[in-house]
Amino acid sequence: MTSPKLARLEALRHQLITEAVLGPAIAVAALDVPAIDAVLPWRGLPCGAVHEVAGAALDGAATGFCSMLLARLAGDGRSVLWVCPQDDLYGPGLVRFGLKAERLIVVRAHRPAEILWVIEEALRCRGLAAVLGEVSALSPTASRRLQLAARKSGVTALLLRQSAAAPVTTAVTRWHVVAASGPKQDASLAPRWRVDLVRCRGLLHGEEGYVSRWLVAWEADRLAVAPDLRDRPAIAAPYRMAR
Amino acid sequence: MQRIVAVNAMAQANGIAPGQTLADARALLPQLAVVPEQPGHDARALGRLAEWCTRYTPWTAVDRADQCGSAGLWLDITGCAHLFGSEAALVDDLIARLKTFGFAARAGIADTPGAAWAWARFASSGDVAVPPVGQREAIAPLPVAGLRIDAATVEALHSLGLRRIGDLYNFPRASLPVRFGALLLQRLDQALGHIAEPLSPRQPPIAYRALIAFAEPISEPAGIAATVDNLLHDLCAQLAQRDQGGRRFELTAYRCDGTTDSLRIGTGVPSRDPAHLARLFAEKIEKIAPGFGIDTMALAAPVVETLPARQAPLAAHDAAFVDLTQLFDVLGTRLGHAQVMRLAMRASHIPERAVERVAAAAPVVPAQWPDTPRPLRLFQHPEPIEASAVLPDEPPFQFVWRGALHRVARAQGPERIAGEWWRERAPTRDYYRVEDTDGRRFWLYRDNFDEPRETRWFLHGLFG
Repeated sequence: MTSPKLARLEALRHQLITEAVLGPAIAVAALDVPAIDAVLPWRGLPCGAVHEVAGAALDGAATGFCSMLLARLAGDGRSVLWVCPQDDLYGPGLVRFGLKAERLIVVRAHRPAEILWVIEEALRCRGLAAVLGEVSALSPTASRRLQLAARKSGVTALLLRQSAAAPVTTAVTRWHVVAASGPKQDASLAPRWRVDLVRCRGLLHGEEGYVSRWLVAWEADRLAVAPDLRDRPAIAAPYRMAR
Repeated sequence: MQRIVAVNAMAQANGIAPGQTLADARALLPQLAVVPEQPGHDARALGRLAEWCTRYTPWTAVDRADQCGSAGLWLDITGCAHLFGSEAALVDDLIARLKTFGFAARAGIADTPGAAWAWARFASSGDVAVPPVGQREAIAPLPVAGLRIDAATVEALHSLGLRRIGDLYNFPRASLPVRFGALLLQRLDQALGHIAEPLSPRQPPIAYRALIAFAEPISEPAGIAATVDNLLHDLCAQLAQRDQGGRRFELTAYRCDGTTDSLRIGTGVPSRDPAHLARLFAEKIEKIAPGFGIDTMALAAPVVETLPARQAPLAAHDAAFVDLTQLFDVLGTRLGHAQVMRLAMRASHIPERAVERVAAAAPVVPAQWPDTPRPLRLFQHPEPIEASAVLPDEPPFQFVWRGALHRVARAQGPERIAGEWWRERAPTRDYYRVEDTDGRRFWLYRDNFDEPRETRWFLHGLFG
């Protein structure tokens, strides 16, 4: 095939993924990590959709990744809302990932049904940039409702789960974020995470069970691919069109 | 000894009177039906009736009548009678409804509370109202007991041949307090309107109030919701007229059996948007039990604040703010307003005291957190762990938390945080940031490190 044909094919494929899945004219929040943005079909995280982040129990990595995403989504001056069952979010720690206290509204709800209700109510509110809900399990109907509410208002939904079990089926992207050990000689204890893009609309996942995997570190107020891995070839599987 | 405390009209006609012993009363009338008195029961029932009477006027009060022995209800119907056609129509409606609840009631209307009190109890004519400015002539033929005075004063007046209120008009004013106590002259002046007598209402009357009475009692949830919508439109129009917005709203449903039910909602910022308020009420409306049917509903705004009329096109960030505060109201109404919050800075070095939870609708103050590494999640109560360190002033090489062993790969610290000396138990803490072999980062501290045997380790938070 000649290269204009390839370019045309690429454009059509991009249009199919973005518009068919999420509707026309969606906003995109770039993660500002070139390696990750390049893999995502939208070159960032599409707004007005449901994204799911799973972590491990008693591990702050997924919380940190979500704070970073929320800070990027709140870049336009709007606020974000965080629904959590426990009262343990700590402002001085969140601000390190760019999430300022004046942009953050915390809602405490205990029962799963209440948490879902808060997420859905908040997703209808265009004054918010994003809503994060800490959920344990979600029925397909409930996740579909959230998807519709998010699409209608353009407010992004993040679902944070502290376990990898029982994934949400309608999420546009699904991530798995766990803590990673840093080099022994580095005493700064900077945050390092292993970030797996487990599922992504429009991309096929490889036999390893994920679309792509990165080892990232938080350095100098931004997320970057960990320095000791920069010189290695990318592990990311070449992305293919979903059938 | 058991005594009679209250009688109905039929018993009174047969010579039974309060104060008699039960034995005397039974001797007079063997078929007398007796109900034992329950202390406080009457007062509570009167209180409920007073609440129910707010369907006629917001200003109702229970008349305790501690001395004169005859309790009742005060209703200030100034400016309310036209809602029912006339004063007489209001009273007819009130008496008829009380009768259906099983109460025999008498009413009197006058310019002064004192004259109304006497008229309700002692008037013999059929007219329920004392003509305006006519109380002096109207109450003159009534017995002196109508002046709300105690039985001893009544006795004293009788012994001087003063039986009618009118008899006192010609009595030298100056000698009244000397002979009968200060209360009598005060009551007389109050009844005639020479001195003012403010009623103390059950609760302060509310300036902004809307009321709908139904021809037929309703009990359908849809009907209740539609009524709330109508009431809200009425009330919000009242608020808009004076550039006010409500912070608290109270919905009262009056059931046809004389009981009431009420719901309260609050908003973070003053509001007079019927659609928004209807949404807040919709969260709670099912808590109103219709019972035998609701015949009147009222909506009041007890707490209002100034809310200037807005210019037509809203700036984008204003629209977002309105949108957000409405969301806070919806969430707060269901979860409790304390559950919707922002994290604000507080001046304290103690980590768990450095963050304050403030209302989400409160003005936003940018927080300048100190630039030291802090965890993302901080436990309100630090969790005790079993930690092992080689030397007393070294970070631990391993620790057990929630039953799992964590081997420490890297550690950073200590960061010493002194306790606040003005608190009773505030030991100094040495904080360490540690990373276990899985890469998870924790915030640990130990206190009481001056006494190696007393040293305790805690896990306080999780890093990203």
